[in-house]
Order: sequence, then C-alpha cells, then structure tokens
Amino acid sequence: MKKILSTPIKTEDVASLKVGDVVYLNGLLVTCRDTGHKRRVLEGVIPKVDLNGGAVFHAGPIVKEVDGRLEIVAIGPTTSMRMEKYEKEFMELTGVKLIIGKGGMGEKTTKACVENNVVHAVYPGGCAVVAADQVEELLDAEWLDLGMPEAFYVMRVKEFGPLIISIDTQGNNLFEQNKRTFNERKVASLTELYDDLKK
Amino acid sequence: MLLTTLVIYNISCYNVRMQNLEVLKNSFTAKVADFINVVAKKLPDDVLVRLKEMQSNETEQRALAVYDCIFKNLEKAISLDRPICQDTGVVQFFVKVGTNFPLINDLESCLRKAVEIATEKAPLRHNAVETFIEKNTGTNLGTGVPYIEYDLIPNSDKLELTVYLAGGGCSLPGRSTVLMPSEGYEGAFKFVADTLVTYGINACPPLVIGVGFGPCMATSAKLAKKASLRSIGSHNPNEKVAEMEVKLQSALNKIAIGPQGLGGTESVVAVNIENMARHPSSFGVAVAFGCWAHRRGVVEFNADLSSSVLTHEGVTL
Repeated sequence: MKKILSTPIKTEDVASLKVGDVVYLNGLLVTCRDTGHKRRVLEGVIPKVDLNGGAVFHAGPIVKEVDGRLEIVAIGPTTSMRMEKYEKEFMELTGVKLIIGKGGMGEKTTKACVENNVVHAVYPGGCAVVAADQVEELLDAEWLDLGMPEAFYVMRVKEFGPLIISIDTQGNNLFEQNKRTFNERKVASLTELYDDLKK
Repeated sequence: MLLTTLVIYNISCYNVRMQNLEVLKNSFTAKVADFINVVAKKLPDDVLVRLKEMQSNETEQRALAVYDCIFKNLEKAISLDRPICQDTGVVQFFVKVGTNFPLINDLESCLRKAVEIATEKAPLRHNAVETFIEKNTGTNLGTGVPYIEYDLIPNSDKLELTVYLAGGGCSLPGRSTVLMPSEGYEGAFKFVADTLVTYGINACPPLVIGVGFGPCMATSAKLAKKASLRSIGSHNPNEKVAEMEVKLQSALNKIAIGPQGLGGTESVVAVNIENMARHPSSFGVAVAFGCWAHRRGVVEFNADLSSSVLTHEGVTL
C-alpha cells in the first residue's frame, strides 16, 4: 500500500520515516530554488502562502499561459545540493516538513533535519511529465521577476511521487552512505584497471 | 538604353535571388525549430536502446522503480506532447557546414530565430541568464546563447547539424584538469572516476561519459564534449583508445551507482573517448557528463534543404 503524507505534515508523520522509504504527497507543494532561497533567507521576503507543515520542491518548471492563467507543462526536481547553503535557515524560517529534490544534501542540512524533524526526499530526476501530471492545480505564482525557473509556484498535488527518503529525522543520509560505498568500490575497480593497464 | 535595360535586368535578378534566399532561410529556420521541438520530447534511438538494456540488466528494486518512472515519463512526454525534462537547457548547436552550403552566411541568425520559435512552441524553459547582470532574458537568447560551434567542410554543399539540450544538472559536474605527464593514464582515469562519484551522482545517472585528452584544459574540455555527443555504442577509430573505452566503462559500471545515484547494477550509459596529440610536458584530461535524458539530435541538410534525421527513426522535417 502507498504511504501518503498530507499537508499540513506533522512531526509524527515524518519521525518514523527511514532513508530508502518510498512515500507520496497530497496537498500543498511550493517550488523554491537558488535565488528563491536567497530571497527568503537573506532578504527576508515572506511569500503569501503559509508554509508551516508544508513541502518545498527544488524545481524550476516549464509553465505556459493558457487563457490568462499559468499552467505547469513539465516539473522535475533540480540538484538539491545547490540549496545546501540556505536550507537550514529556510526550514527554520518557514516550518516546512518535507524537502523534495534530486541527489543528496550535506551535513548542515542533515543536522537541521534532525533538529527540526524534517525529511529530504528525491523525486526521480528528469521525470518531469509524470510529475506535472500529478499537479492538480497551479494555485499561485509569486516572484515572477526571478524568471520562469526561479519563481515561487504554489501547487496542489495528488499522490506526488515516488519520493524516496534520502535524509531522515535520525540523521541518516542515504547519499552520504552511498558515496562511501561507491568510493570503496571505486578504489577496488581502479586498482583492477591499473593492473590491466600494466599488461 | 541598353545600359538601363542591363541595370534593370541585374536588379531584378538580384531581387529574385534575395527573395529565394529569404524563402530558403525561412524554410530552414522552421525545420530547425521543429527539430529542437522533437529533440526536447523524444530520446534518440541509440540512447533508448541502451536504457532498455540497462533496465533489463537491473536487479535492485529501488533502481527498477526509477527505471519504471523513466519509461513512463518517456511515454507521457510523447502522448502529451511535452518536453521529457523541465530543464531543456541552454540550446547548443554543433555544426559541420560545407563551405558551399547556400545558407552558410545566415546560419547564426537562422539558428537564433529557430530557438526563439521552439521556445514558444515546445515550450522550452527560459534558461539564458545574462552573467553579471544576473537576469534571465526570458527568451533563451542571450550573449553567445544559443551556443554554436562550427566545423568547416571544404568543397561540400551539405550541413550536418547536431542539436543538444543539456540540463544544468549534468553540466554542473563537468571538470577539466591538466595533470603532470608522470600521472599518466592512471591519473586520468582516477580523475574521471573521482568526478563521477563526487559530483556525478547528483546529475541524473545513468550518465553518458565523454572523456577528452589533449595538451591543455580547453582542448581536453572541447574533446570531452565532442565525445559525449558521439553515438552510444560507437567507438574511437584508434583501436587502443577503443579498448580503453570498453575497459573504463566496465570499471565505472563496477561502482554500480545505479539510476539517480540510489545504487543499482551499472553506472553509465556509455564511455566515449576523444583524443589528440599532447604537449610533452602536459597531460590534459576532461570529463563531460550527459544525463540519462540525453537529448541529442543529428540532422543532415542538402543544398536544396531536403533533410534526413540520423538519430530519430521515423522523424522527418
């Protein structure tokens, strides 16, 4: 059975999640990327929508105007690591409980996830049409002056996922664990390759 | 009297030529815009074949779930007529143009216009941010964007055009370096593997790996890019280099990064190497990455603008 989180997400909803778990999201999802994080954290600009218990998606969609309204054409995740610098402050200022993106995030965010009972999850990268299809409605678009990818979009989503938990509230970090494994395999594989080169 | 007639005749010939040129330019621009639209929505055949092979080689559950999502997405992109990925990149053109191709003098203006049309039509995401001003132009046109790289083909009247849409995600981890020659090929392959594990895992694996060898940072980088755009399954014409492609691919696959860096059975779609002679005292190496959604298209135009698409079977312009 699908595990579905609904906004507003509570601490108990995410506290039991472990890295590698797969969940889906119902409810409110906002996008925020590099310059959006900077605007919220450094410039202190507060978006209209209340993000307490909400979910943020590291994503810059393609949108198009249809009959005077904006619609999401494609929306996949972007590299979460680019938001590492500001994510701790962003989650503390906004009260989001779920961060969705692509690839891992660093030590600062991992610590902040533990302190604030927040999880980070990955949406399969490049799967932008599947994701757009799970957006029921684009409710609002703020900060359009930042350009199409960087604007702050507010959406209502249904069974948005698969979301693979990559940082849990216990401080486990799937990508850091994987990196260690990959590095061990890399050393073994390169040693074999060097031996082969000497032949 | 005769002189006046001749002048009028010459002017009208010139006008006809100019009108024909305008017709050719418009037709060429429309075809390129259509092709950009195709490349954004449909993967080239070689990439698709290899991704299917990787899916069938896969045994890890989490990795299989990602492949399911990838193939569902590819189907939906076609059925809903939308770009595969929201990041349609900075549009890049690699042009092999015959010196007698009729539109050689107008290529840049036509390609820029084609990007403008495709941006509206596909639609493509706005991805041109002017540096220092730090402002998105909102059109996908900017200083030096779209990027155009030319190779001149003497005594030919044809044009081979490669369109490449690379997202920021797979552009972010690319690296170029110049090693001491004593570090040699071991040092170069270590550089590739280190870059893949440290930065590549966030770039939407399984990845296409292009490796370039040259005398300096820039030449190696250029060759790495060229290598990443070579067709999947093709090999360097030099047998020794081709053998290294196979060996490096096998070595990187043993790291088993899996789709999205979540772990799996393999790591890479392909390893392609391009090389040139180097300076005795420098050993340049670069690695360029392409994400699994490797949106590369190649089309060949004849002088009359009849064309054949080389990468997407069944697509005509």
